[in-house]
Amino acid sequence: MAPKLDPMVGRYVRTEIDGVPHRLYFEEAGQGIPLVCLHTAGADNRQYRHLLADPEITRRFRVLAFDLPWHGKSTPPDGWERGEYRLTTESYTAAIRAFCRAMELDKPVVMGCSIGGRIVLNLAIAHAAEFRALIALEAADFQQPWYDTSWLHRPDVHGGEVCAALVSGLIAPQSPPVHRHETLWMYMQGGPGVFKGDLYFYRVDGDLREKVKSIDTKICPLYLLTGEYDFSCTPDDTLRTAQQIPGIEVQIMKEVGHFPMSEHPAKFREYILPVLAKIAG
Amino acid sequence: MSPADRFAALPDLLSGDPDLRRRGRWLSVDCRVDIGAEPFFLSIRDGALDALDRGPKLMRSTAFTVRATDEAWTRYWVAIPEPGWHDLFALTKRGAASMDGDLRPLLQNLQYFKDLLALPRQSAKGA
Repeated sequence: MAPKLDPMVGRYVRTEIDGVPHRLYFEEAGQGIPLVCLHTAGADNRQYRHLLADPEITRRFRVLAFDLPWHGKSTPPDGWERGEYRLTTESYTAAIRAFCRAMELDKPVVMGCSIGGRIVLNLAIAHAAEFRALIALEAADFQQPWYDTSWLHRPDVHGGEVCAALVSGLIAPQSPPVHRHETLWMYMQGGPGVFKGDLYFYRVDGDLREKVKSIDTKICPLYLLTGEYDFSCTPDDTLRTAQQIPGIEVQIMKEVGHFPMSEHPAKFREYILPVLAKIAG
Repeated sequence: MSPADRFAALPDLLSGDPDLRRRGRWLSVDCRVDIGAEPFFLSIRDGALDALDRGPKLMRSTAFTVRATDEAWTRYWVAIPEPGWHDLFALTKRGAASMDGDLRPLLQNLQYFKDLLALPRQSAKGA
């Protein structure tokens, strides 16, 4: 009997980010328009495994999901042990552009979720001409914090378990238990302090209020999709952001939370397929 | 049945959930949960409820307190809660619940406590 293989293939690409050598892990499947997928804070590219295995998508898109440095199978840079990890708007933007350059992608579509959604807004602000379209999931120009991130990295609290337990509430109650728990499993596997370091970008450095007004959707179309059960980036946060950007397309997804692609792949598909069809023309 | 009456069934609900007790097996703590105006004192030992004392107790010392309004617990304890009423932190973010005291045992066992405090949701199933 032939082996039952998932269609995606995983590899490593060497590149420099801001002059520092990196070895980035990514998985890809399909052919056509490059579609680069950005995982949420403290997670990795496995969140997109259902998208990577969806023939309706991969027949028109070359889907590439990479692990940010420090995440998944992308190692931290040499000397990581001597400093505290902190993601910034600048370093995050540089990592995405470095990956696209290293893979020689021609005007890719970028889709990101949560911090990935926020940075997509920054790509629309600062680098729109480099992309064919941008999709921001669970994104807003700013969100009110809802817990103290100092609990995420300390020796008397298990980082993986507390990260997973915190974000568990962001998953919609309707999401299938198997997908809920797989999403949480990924959260339990982040390196120490990585989720906290990602949230530095989210909470401290990545405030895009006012800046989103400069987004020109005629240069690059922008789509916002947010789950109704996301109380971190609420539908109101997303709608408030969308109101400031002429030409933007926004949708609130029913019965979905903060991790649409991994917590409820079938439901997310209903929302994302029409967006991708529009982008593919 | 009032939200406090529903919470008073917690010992039976936890007894019927061996997996939750297994996940809490490293935890022993005294804590307080306020259902509206009514306090409950929980003595948790190795993940099981050693005691659940209902009503005010003079000078009872606990590690931490979780409190929420009657409306918050009522909307939290439905089979499929509405967005914004479906998680403890959704309730605190909207100002309908709070946590104070020494939060370390709470954060060390956060999924256990979230699941423990959601147990009365079971009585909403099929209702």
